[in-house]
Amino acid sequence: MELNQLTIHELQEKLKNGETSAVKVAESVFNRINAVEERVHSYIRLMKEEAMSAAEQSDKDLQSGKAGPLSGIPVALKDIVCTKGITTTCGSHILHNFIPPYDATVVEKLASAGAVFVGKANMDEFAMGSSTETSYFGPTRNPWDLTRIPGGSSGGSAAAVAADECIASIGSDTGGSIRQPAALCGVVGLKPTYGRVSRFGLIAFASSLDQIGPFTKDVEDCAIMMNVLAGYDPLESTSVKAEVPDYRQYVGRDVQGWKIGIPKEYFIEGIDPEVSAAVKDAIAVIEKNGGQCVDISLPHTEYCLAVYYIIAPAEASSNLARYDGVKYGLRTSEARDLLEMYKKTRREGFGAEVKRRIVIGTYALSSGYYDAYYKKASQVRALIKHDFEEAFKKCDIILTPTTPTPAFKIGEKTDNPLQMYLSDIFTISTNLAGIPGMSVPCGFTAAGLPIGMQFLAGHFEEGKLIQIASVYEKNAQIEKRRPRL
Amino acid sequence: MKISSSEVEYVAHLARLEISEQEKEKFTFQLNDILLYIGKLNELNTQGVEPMSHAIAVTNAFREDRVADSIGTEKSLANAPDARGEFFRVPKVID
Amino acid sequence: MEFETIIGLEVHAQLLTDTKIFCNCSTKFGGSPNSHTCPLCLGMPGVLPVLNKKVVEYAMKMSLATNSNINKSCSFARKNYFYPDLPKGYQISQYAYPLSEHGYILLDVEGEQKKIGITRIHMEEDAGKLVHDEHNPSSYVDLNRAGVPLIEIVSEPDMRSPAEAADYLKRLHEILVYLEICDGNMEEGSFRCDANVSIRPLGQKEFGTRTELKNMNSFRNVQRALEYEVKRQQYLVENGGTVVQETRLWDDAQGVTNSMRSKEEAHDYRYFPDPDLVPVIVDDAWIEKIRKELPELPLARRQRFVSDYQIPAYDASVLTADKALADYFEEVVKLCSKPKAASNWVMGDVLRFLNEEKRDIRNCPITAQALAEMISLIEDGTISGKMAKDIIDEMYKTGKSPRVIIAEKGMVQITDESALAKTIQTIMDANPNQLKDYRSGKEKLFGFFVGQVMKATQGKANPQKVNELLKKMLVG
Repeated sequence: MELNQLTIHELQEKLKNGETSAVKVAESVFNRINAVEERVHSYIRLMKEEAMSAAEQSDKDLQSGKAGPLSGIPVALKDIVCTKGITTTCGSHILHNFIPPYDATVVEKLASAGAVFVGKANMDEFAMGSSTETSYFGPTRNPWDLTRIPGGSSGGSAAAVAADECIASIGSDTGGSIRQPAALCGVVGLKPTYGRVSRFGLIAFASSLDQIGPFTKDVEDCAIMMNVLAGYDPLESTSVKAEVPDYRQYVGRDVQGWKIGIPKEYFIEGIDPEVSAAVKDAIAVIEKNGGQCVDISLPHTEYCLAVYYIIAPAEASSNLARYDGVKYGLRTSEARDLLEMYKKTRREGFGAEVKRRIVIGTYALSSGYYDAYYKKASQVRALIKHDFEEAFKKCDIILTPTTPTPAFKIGEKTDNPLQMYLSDIFTISTNLAGIPGMSVPCGFTAAGLPIGMQFLAGHFEEGKLIQIASVYEKNAQIEKRRPRL
Repeated sequence: MKISSSEVEYVAHLARLEISEQEKEKFTFQLNDILLYIGKLNELNTQGVEPMSHAIAVTNAFREDRVADSIGTEKSLANAPDARGEFFRVPKVID
Repeated sequence: MEFETIIGLEVHAQLLTDTKIFCNCSTKFGGSPNSHTCPLCLGMPGVLPVLNKKVVEYAMKMSLATNSNINKSCSFARKNYFYPDLPKGYQISQYAYPLSEHGYILLDVEGEQKKIGITRIHMEEDAGKLVHDEHNPSSYVDLNRAGVPLIEIVSEPDMRSPAEAADYLKRLHEILVYLEICDGNMEEGSFRCDANVSIRPLGQKEFGTRTELKNMNSFRNVQRALEYEVKRQQYLVENGGTVVQETRLWDDAQGVTNSMRSKEEAHDYRYFPDPDLVPVIVDDAWIEKIRKELPELPLARRQRFVSDYQIPAYDASVLTADKALADYFEEVVKLCSKPKAASNWVMGDVLRFLNEEKRDIRNCPITAQALAEMISLIEDGTISGKMAKDIIDEMYKTGKSPRVIIAEKGMVQITDESALAKTIQTIMDANPNQLKDYRSGKEKLFGFFVGQVMKATQGKANPQKVNELLKKMLVG
C-alpha cells in the first residue's frame, strides 16, 4: 500500500516509529494528486509549497517529541474555511481573489495539532448544492465513476479522501453537505452537534444550520479528527461550553442492548432498491452485535425539506448581502452608479443556484410574507426538533439511509432544482434539530457505486455515533475496494 | 401562494441582483415549483408553537469591553477592489 | 381651525464603551480612516459577532433611569438593506424583542409635571461614514464608526409642541450624560434625533398623517425644524391639501424641511432573528446590581437642591443641568456651608467666566476649595463683597487661592475701630463745610463721607464698621 492510502492511525504509527517521514507522506499525496487530480478535480487550490514546509516542520516535531495528534497528516480544507494569507473563494467568482487576514478556528486547531494542509477543496458555490456542480471552478467528479457527481456541497473534500488525494479532510454540513458526499464517495463523514465545532471563520451559508465536520477513511480517524476539532470557542456566540470527551475511547466499545430506532418515514418508496438492501444488511449486522431494532416515528419528516428551503435561503439571502463589491472580492467594471455597481457585481459574481436561493430567501423574508414562510418554517422546525426528542426517549441511536440513491450523473439534475433538493431528504432534519449525524459506508451497488447509511444521536452524543459506527465497521466486513482511477 | 414575474423582479431588486428577462422567466417558473412544494407546511396547525431560531439554547454569550488591536488601514483595504488613500471608494452616493 | 400638534422622537445615543458592540476595535472618535477596523466590523466573511457586555449594562442603566421595564429576555435581529456604509448588508439591531419597554420621563410643563412615555429602548450597531467627493462622482467609505454601540430610545407620540419636544430631548440628554454612558455631543453625532410629527384638529381622536424629520443636529434645530413643519402642515391642511407620509430633511441654511421622496424607495428591511447571536437573559439580581450603580438623576437632584439648600427652582435647574457643575456646587457648599452664596457665585461669576471662554467646569481654574475659601473670607469679614469681585477675577486668571491673592495685594480689610476712627477724624477735620451741612440736616452727605473713608483706605475698610463709626462720629 502506498502511504497516501493509509489512515491517520496507521500513519501515526509509522511516523512515530520512524518507518516513514511526514515529508514522504506529503510527497506520496502530491504524487497521487499529480496522477489523478486532472480527472477528479477535488481541489480549487493546492498548497504544495506550504505543505512541504509544514511536513518538514512535522518531522522536526516528531523527532523532538513535540508532535501533535495530527503531525505529518495531510489534510484537505473545504474552500469555505478561511485561511490566513491564502485565497478563500467559497467556490464563487465573487470571492475569487479574496485573501482572508485571519484563520478559521478549526484551521488554527488543525495547524497546532500538526496537520499538513494539502489544499483548498472544491465545493458547490457557497455550499449551495448537492453535487459540487455549482462551483465557479468547475465540477468535481466522483472517483468511483467519473461521469457521476461526488455529492455536495463538500464534494471536493469527500472525493479527495476517496481518491487518496489526502488522508482526511474538512467539510461543512448545512443540510447534508458532509454526510451525502461521504455516502456517495464511500468515506466516513460526521456532522457534529450544532455548537460543538467552532464556526468562526466558516463562510456562512445558513448560520443556524451550518456545522463543520471531518471526512475520513475510517471511524477511528473520525474520532481522532473530532478530538482536534471539537470544543468551545469564545469567538462564536452559539458555541457550546459542553465537556469534550476523548472520542477515540468510544472506538470498538460494544453496543450490547442498545436500542436502534428505525424511523418508518425514512424507509419509503422511491429509495433505490440497492440502497435499501444494503441498509437492511447493515441493520442485520448491528442486531447480530447486540443492537435491538425498535420502530419509531418522526412524524414531521415530510416537512423537513420545505422548512429547510425557507430557513436556509432566508439566512443565506442576508449572509450573502456583504458581497457587494465594496470591501473585497469582485466588482463589476461596468457600473455608472452605485445601484448598478451592486446589481452588476452580484450578477457577475454569483452563479444561478446562488441567485435562485437569494431570491427565494429574500421573498420569504419580505414584507407580507414573513409570517407565512419564515415564521411558519421556524415553528415547524420546533416540531421537528421535538420529534427527535421524543424518539430519543425510545432509542439510543437512529439509523437511516444517508441518501435515497447512489451518485447520479453529472448534469442529470441541474435543471430541476427541486429534484436536486430531494437528494438531501434524509440528511436535512439533523441540521434543523441541531443533532449530530454520521454517514458510514455500507456497501456498493452492482455498478460499483458506494452506498452509505446514517446514524443519528442526541445533542452532544457524537461518542455514541463513533461507538456504533466502529462496531458496524469492524463486523460488517465490507470488501475493501479502492476506486480505479 | 404563487409568485409573479414582477414579484421576482421586485425581490431581485431588493437583493440587488440584476437578472435578465430570460432568467426572470426561468426563476419564476422554478420558484413556483418550489413554493408549491413549500406550501405543504400549511397542512400543519402551528398555532401557539414558539418559533425556533437556534438549534441549541445558548444564552448570554458576552465579551469583555477590552480594546484589542485592530488590523490597521493597510490590511483593511488590502482586498478592496477600489481603494483610494485610506478609504474604500464607491460610485457616488447621492442623498 | 385650531390644531393640536403631535410629536414623537427617536433618539440614537452612542454609548461610551471602549470597544465596539460586537468586536474589540476601539470606539475612539477621530482615528485615521479605516484604522479602527477588523475583519468583523469590515463585514468579512466567516467572522462572528460576540456582544459587548458593557453595552447591555449601559442600556440597562438608561432603561432604569427612564422607568422602563427591562424584559427578562431580549434578542437581536438583522435589518437588511444595502448601503456602502453598512459592511454586512444588514444592521444588527433589536426588533421584536427589545431590551426594555414602557418607560417614561417627567417634564415641567407650565408648572405641572407631564409624563412623556418611552415606548422602547434597544441596542444596535452604528454604520460607517461616507465622505463625498465634490469633484468626482465618487464617495469614500470609512468604517471606523461601523459597529460603535448605540441605543435607540423611542418615545410615545406624547409631546404637544416643539418646545415640549426640545425640553424632552434636553432631559433625555441630561440623563444620558449623568449616567456617563454617552458624551452627548450632537455635532459629532453621538446624540442624534429624528422626529415624527403630525397635526390634528383640536378634539379629534385619530392621529393625522405624520412626517419624519431628519438631519437636525442641535437642540435649537430640532425645535426650529418642528416649528417649521407644524406650520407647513397647518398651511397645507388649511388650504385643502393633505399631508403625505414621508421623510423630510431639515435644511439649516434655508430654515425649511424638504421631502426626500424622490430618492426614497419602498423600504422592506426583511427583519429576522440574527442566528449568530443568542438571547440576552436579564435576571433580577443583574437589574439590582445595575440599579445600585445608578447615580442620583437630574430630576431628583434638582428637587433635593431646592429643599436642602433653599435655592430657587430656576437656580437648581441651572446648577443640575450639568452633572459636573452640580458636583462642583455641592463641593463648594460642603466646604463653606453657605449654599445661597455658593449658588450666587457659581451661577454668576463662575459660569460667566466659563461661558466667555467656552470652558468646561472640569477645567475651571477656580477650584471648589478656592471658591469655598473665598466665600468663608467674606462671611468672616476678612474681605468685602466688593473686594471679592476683584479677587475672583484674579483667581480665574491665575488659579491662585484667595488667601494668596489677598496677601500679595495687601487686600485685607481694615476692621480695627481705632484705626478707622482715626481716619474718619482726619476726614471730618479736612471737610468742615460738609460736616456742618450734614449736622444741619443734609443727611445725603453721609454717602460722601463713606466714599472719602473708602478712598483713604483704598477700599479696604470694612463697610459695616465704617457705617457704624460714621453714624456715631458725624453726629458729634
